[in-house]
Amino acid sequence: MRISEWKNILDEKGCFEALSELLERIEKSELNAYITVCREEALRLAKEYDRGNLKGKLAGIPVAVKDNITTKGIRTTCASRMLLNYVPVFDAHVVERLKAEGAIIIGKTNMDEFGMGTTTETSYFGVVRNPYDLSRVAGGSSGGSAAAIANDEAVLALGSDTGGSIRCPASFCGIYGLKPTYGLVSRYGLIPYANSLEQIGPMAESIEDLALLLEVIAGKDERDSTNSGKSFLFRKERVERIGVIKNMDASEEIMKRFYDVMSNFEYEEIDLPSLKYALASYYIIAMSEASSNLARYDGVRYGHFSPVLTSWSDYYSRVRAEGFGTEVKRRIMLGTYALSAGYYGKYYLKALRARTLIIEDFRKAFAKFDVLISPTMPSLPFRIGEIKDPLTMYRMDVNTVPVNLAGLPALNVPIGFVKGLPVGMQVIGNHFEENKLLSFAKMVEEIL
Amino acid sequence: MVSIEDVYHVSRLAKLMITEEEAEKFRKEFEEILSYFDILDEISEDVHPTFNVLSISNVFREDAEKDGLSQSEALLNSPRKEEGYFLGPKVVE
Repeated sequence: MRISEWKNILDEKGCFEALSELLERIEKSELNAYITVCREEALRLAKEYDRGNLKGKLAGIPVAVKDNITTKGIRTTCASRMLLNYVPVFDAHVVERLKAEGAIIIGKTNMDEFGMGTTTETSYFGVVRNPYDLSRVAGGSSGGSAAAIANDEAVLALGSDTGGSIRCPASFCGIYGLKPTYGLVSRYGLIPYANSLEQIGPMAESIEDLALLLEVIAGKDERDSTNSGKSFLFRKERVERIGVIKNMDASEEIMKRFYDVMSNFEYEEIDLPSLKYALASYYIIAMSEASSNLARYDGVRYGHFSPVLTSWSDYYSRVRAEGFGTEVKRRIMLGTYALSAGYYGKYYLKALRARTLIIEDFRKAFAKFDVLISPTMPSLPFRIGEIKDPLTMYRMDVNTVPVNLAGLPALNVPIGFVKGLPVGMQVIGNHFEENKLLSFAKMVEEIL
Repeated sequence: MVSIEDVYHVSRLAKLMITEEEAEKFRKEFEEILSYFDILDEISEDVHPTFNVLSISNVFREDAEKDGLSQSEALLNSPRKEEGYFLGPKVVE
């Protein structure tokens, strides 16, 4: 549902009534999009809206927040047993911004555990189902946020994207999802997985709604030392030089749909040779950073704990064995391996060198092009349980991880359906050129 | 080649207890994943590593006092506490 449609409903029946119906829809839903629904607080705010006391750019609009984004007084689990009962005592920067603009946080959305996955199948709370086919996944890791938008269980949503976690589920659920330029949106309060790669970003059913949400969450925050201090304002920009990345991967049926849409534009094809290193580089860096970040879960200050206090090493190892799921363990261990004595040079440092090459390829490409285009996902949404082998699953991120390595913004644009399932196009821009992505998305929208 | 000893070694470094079953499963998977990572071997040592994509460095703020969490807030999520402190496992054997 678009903001404009929601506003019509608000005018017609008031926020309390509209929100009650939305909550009922969530309750009856089979998608499993939410981990926690903030029923009482949402209805309280709805009443405030109806009394004219809720003001701001997002006044009265229900927003879903991914459950790795910290919300004061609202359980924040990262879809992990480790944080099953964790109730933060502060708000993330983006949550402060939502509240300041009158948004109604409707709930916390389901995801892959700590963001580690492409399907939400690693969630402790079970998989999120695809609104277009309940036997298929909604994509991940921000699967709950995407499914909630697509099924009208929220009007706007926040996700986070470390290697495609906004764009993949946006593609699988047929909505818009943007991974902003690294440093545009403060990460303060985003529970970390891989700091040098991840960003919080907006998800919505229309380009204008997505842009509005980005305007609200972008901007200066000194609590994130990698924050650029830049703000964002949506305006149309000319997009003339369009490049299609030739060496990105997708199935034949997706490629056909992709080139059908692209045939409406004048474009050139371009090869980015270093992309062949992207997947390996991404996984080594993400796992290494994860192994360090997730060391904080010690069963003492917060999170899962064990009733018997033994020696430190034994206690710590046991708490983590119980609290983390298999994929999280796999990544912590591989990251530990990549950083350990004797392997740092072979894996971690090599991955950082590959990162330089990839950045360089993009830099050259953007000297020539305004935007670079590819299919977002190499495949249509998978069946639940279809992919069992971890490496096969990792390969599904092949088109989305390069931009995280280079810190670039990238947008999923829905471009129709194949066999009744949504297909997405990835639009990549140069640093802080989000407006070019959105402007190109408008051009695509017009021809569809 | 990844041996079962390698897997246990890493699990000890990472402070993650694993079962025998998990160890064998991880051994096979790690072998496959690590051999995929070998594609990076062809990259020259002359290429500089990138640690962070932003060119910003040394972001300073005023060295001014600010309110942090209160003691009760800081302890709120702790399963075990005593007299305003976290109660943890014994560190010195």
